[in-house]
Amino acid sequence: MALSKKTKEAFLGPLNANNPVLVQILGICSALAVTVQLKPAIVMGVSVTIIVAMSNVVVSLIRNTIPTRIRIIIQLVVVAALVTIVSEVLKAFAYDVAMQLSVYLGLIITNCILMGRLEAFAMTNNVKDSFMDGLGNGLGYSWILVVVAFVRELLGSGKLFGYQIIPDSWYIANGGFYDNCGMMLMPAMALILVGCIIWAHRAINDKEEKK
Amino acid sequence: MKMNTENNVYTLVYATVMVIIVAVVLAVINQGLKARQEANARLDQQKQMLVALNQDLDACADPAALYDSLVRDTIEASEDGKNANIIRFEVDGTTKYILRLHGQGLWGGIGGYLALDEDKNTVFGINFNHESETPGLGGEIVTPKFRNQFNGKHIKDAEGQLRSIAVLKAGKKADEGQEQVDAWAGATITSTGVNDMLLNNLEEYKEFLNTEYRVQNTEYRVQSTDQISPYSVSESGLSSVSVNGQNEKED
Repeated sequence: MALSKKTKEAFLGPLNANNPVLVQILGICSALAVTVQLKPAIVMGVSVTIIVAMSNVVVSLIRNTIPTRIRIIIQLVVVAALVTIVSEVLKAFAYDVAMQLSVYLGLIITNCILMGRLEAFAMTNNVKDSFMDGLGNGLGYSWILVVVAFVRELLGSGKLFGYQIIPDSWYIANGGFYDNCGMMLMPAMALILVGCIIWAHRAINDKEEKK
Repeated sequence: MKMNTENNVYTLVYATVMVIIVAVVLAVINQGLKARQEANARLDQQKQMLVALNQDLDACADPAALYDSLVRDTIEASEDGKNANIIRFEVDGTTKYILRLHGQGLWGGIGGYLALDEDKNTVFGINFNHESETPGLGGEIVTPKFRNQFNGKHIKDAEGQLRSIAVLKAGKKADEGQEQVDAWAGATITSTGVNDMLLNNLEEYKEFLNTEYRVQNTEYRVQSTDQISPYSVSESGLSSVSVNGQNEKED
């Protein structure tokens, strides 16, 4: 697929060098809330990716007609409509998942990544680039969520995707030596983990820059 | 031609048209998906009741059909119709009653379905759900490990007095004549919530629970299953799963 350099950059940038969570520090709030287990984290990531990409496209399409004074309101209306549509569709076709995400699905509206990308990118760029930018940012956000959720679910409850990974016989209750780390279930640990990822990310990227 | 997008009239018209378009789109989608969503919510409640009836859902291809094969009729809990209706089931030839429970956990509502044997005393099974209890702590009330403790317990004492079942920390003893189960460690407030939910809700069903069972249930108005829907009584739409990042307070 022949993509212009700008389009490629719009997609790949947010995955690493310009990651919305790690570099722009956006969307932290929901990253804390839905990362106790892997499954909701993945569904949240997919939902956010779809909504960022779609709202970027819609806003980019109408960007030249939007009155400047009410542009934030217009962007909010677009995002709110898309979130409502996604939540309605999930309730109709994936009820369990919709229930699991409960209020966080509606709270996608308040995810700073959405408004940030609409204001910073979609308002001034063409539809194709905006779509790729939305996709990239959504995925950039998703992979952080998945990494954090992986660590929290494994260490916090000894499971992955709800399946027991740590053998039962290891637990102190069963005469073993191991116990789950209750701290991992608490939101503060998500923040600390995100901090660790940012640390590692900076350390690696700085090294590359110095080469 | 470049439109003047800074004009007041343009701004007003733009905002109005935008809102109307979005409203129409959302209304159409909502109407189109409504039937499916309601069917899903209904199925979810049926599944929860089947779990309370100790049915193995993993081995069941069509929970709705299983539900239909077990459900018999609905009994009004009290004459004034204030309480949720009780649903009568027949499992392996014996009558079971399902009582709907609702209460308050730490972060939000909790609920459940209590299945009683024909004697209106022995617990056949129970299933809990919650809106937003902490995963790993209060959220664990939905697990079989917690709910299976209730199976076979009695809600009345030897004299037939309604006593409920106490949810207590390991080491604590319930009052004389009351049976007990262990609270979930680390989830004190949610466990207390389950305890209070059982106590309060069973009190509401007292009229039904204290009436001797007679073969045809002549003392209750019995309606056929087609006319009344057991789901009409459940407005909260609780589910057995939830995600939450908040932490349970340890005492």
